[in-house]
Amino acid sequence: MSTRTASEERAVVIGLEVHVQLETDTKVFCGCSTEPADDEEPNTRTCPTCLGLPGALPVLNEAAVEAAVKIGKALDADIPETTTFHRKNYYYPDLPKNFQLTQYDAPICADGELEVSVDGERRTIGITRAHLEEDPGSIQHAGGSIESATHTLVNYNRAGTPLMEVVTEPDFRSPAETRAFLAKLEEVLEYLGVFDATRDGSLRVDANVSLVDADEVTEDGSVPEAVLADANRAEVKNISSHKGAEKALAYEITRQRNVLRRGREIEQETRHWDEGRGVTVSMRSKEAEKDYRYFREADLPALEVSDWKDRIPIPELPDARRERFRTEYGLDDEAASKLTSTKEVADFFEDVAGEYDPELAATWVADNLLGELNYREMEITDVTDRLDEFTRLVELVDAGELTVKNAEEVVLREMLDEGEDPESVIEREGLGKAESDEVETAVEAAIEENPDAVADYHDGDEGAINFLVGQVMQATGGSADPGQVNGLLRERLDG
Amino acid sequence: MTDTSDPDGESAGPDAGDADGDTKAGSGEPVVDAAEVEHVAELARVRLAEEETETFADQFAEILEYFEALDEVPDLDREEELVNVMRADEVEAGLAQEEALANAAETEDGFFKGPKVS
Ligand SMILES: [Zn+2]
Repeated sequence: MSTRTASEERAVVIGLEVHVQLETDTKVFCGCSTEPADDEEPNTRTCPTCLGLPGALPVLNEAAVEAAVKIGKALDADIPETTTFHRKNYYYPDLPKNFQLTQYDAPICADGELEVSVDGERRTIGITRAHLEEDPGSIQHAGGSIESATHTLVNYNRAGTPLMEVVTEPDFRSPAETRAFLAKLEEVLEYLGVFDATRDGSLRVDANVSLVDADEVTEDGSVPEAVLADANRAEVKNISSHKGAEKALAYEITRQRNVLRRGREIEQETRHWDEGRGVTVSMRSKEAEKDYRYFREADLPALEVSDWKDRIPIPELPDARRERFRTEYGLDDEAASKLTSTKEVADFFEDVAGEYDPELAATWVADNLLGELNYREMEITDVTDRLDEFTRLVELVDAGELTVKNAEEVVLREMLDEGEDPESVIEREGLGKAESDEVETAVEAAIEENPDAVADYHDGDEGAINFLVGQVMQATGGSADPGQVNGLLRERLDG
Repeated sequence: MTDTSDPDGESAGPDAGDADGDTKAGSGEPVVDAAEVEHVAELARVRLAEEETETFADQFAEILEYFEALDEVPDLDREEELVNVMRADEVEAGLAQEEALANAAETEDGFFKGPKVS
């Protein structure tokens, strides 16, 4: 029994179980497609295996195993000699077989870590294990809420979709750390090409949260196991994004602090994050009673894939790439971070930097393109098939055929807003750089029409030249290159 | 609903290949009491009357006794276990919706329809 008083300071302890959907073409134990069904038509992505029909046998998808090995490598985890599958028995209609095929005592990845940066501080989060399993189907509580429903509708299209469950050590000390970790994990998985964050339901998180005496936290930030075992914890389910994790956990921690403040005990229970209402709700304790009677799945032979670690390459990961961008292209921290935020951005930047000046490429990709996309709440993935248009825009600027100002403020914006290619925006807006004789005429005219400014220039007033440049720019509708105009004016005036 | 395993309980899991350890294989006297029957019935969503609980406890004990015959099986040479049986990630034709639902007692708009659950 606890004798703690409400005034004692408490430290937050959080561990995560993260389910990520692996990007394969087919399900993990059968050849059914993982593509969303046409018109979301239910039960059109099934076969005897994922419907659990008698006699059907599971056969493991090699691509899911490869993805798991890649994840293991990226998390610096061990891939054990032998890894096996188990049946996790529970009785619920989202599982047609009444058990879920998963891994138990011999997961495919064990003992890894992931480094994250929170408010400039580096933290290493331990990964206890990561294992392969099948996703259940989807159920709808029809005719009312979960409590007042009259019946259940079941769709097994999702059933059998490959998932990786990543289980962390209880290493998080704040909701902000969990958010940073999840963002980093998504980033790494996307780099590996095994995960698509834009897919509905591709990330699902359960979090174990408890409060312990702050005095029990050791110097290195860890909490002794005995203390953790002693603390009642709540398992918060139904979190589906890194932002959601931060909100759900902040709520849950406040709730637990309030319970303790009122002199009560934290109940060991499962709670459901209600995103809409922004609260965690207790699920009836009966549900939390766990007895899954795991046993070995005899229909799935063991895996011996530890040597795949050497066979399967993984791409350069974000941290390493960021560092290389700093040294190879001379980028500052901010630009290097922006340009490695996703693999697509980084690949695109390297394409452009390979052809044009890296500094120009960095400005165009990091500031202009990402900035304008961000302003429109778009991602680079929304314009993947138009990246060559942006390259052409950079080329036009690089060749001096378009002013930087027009390229940024008119062409790029119109391209994003109207979906036009750069050439048609330039033609429609008449932004092609002024013909040189037009510029020369305007320069002559500016000198002739502004004798006072010319006199000031000859008297050593440098500001006068800017005035004259402005006159020329006005006369050419902004299409002249200010640097070139400046040069032409000086030529005439000094000559 | 995605239920998750409890990582705490897993480090001390059974040896790979060992079946469910509850029957105390080899002890000769598998004990099944009323409480265990009730627990299993609960997990399987089966409602038992009190006298049924007693009947099942006796019957479970009897059934488990049959398995003791396996203790008498001598060690035999056997084929080596298969490993690394996998398939390529290629889409195969599955069932049409009508086929998938053909055995269902009740359906609605392409869904399997069942009683309410919570
Ligand atoms: Zn299937």
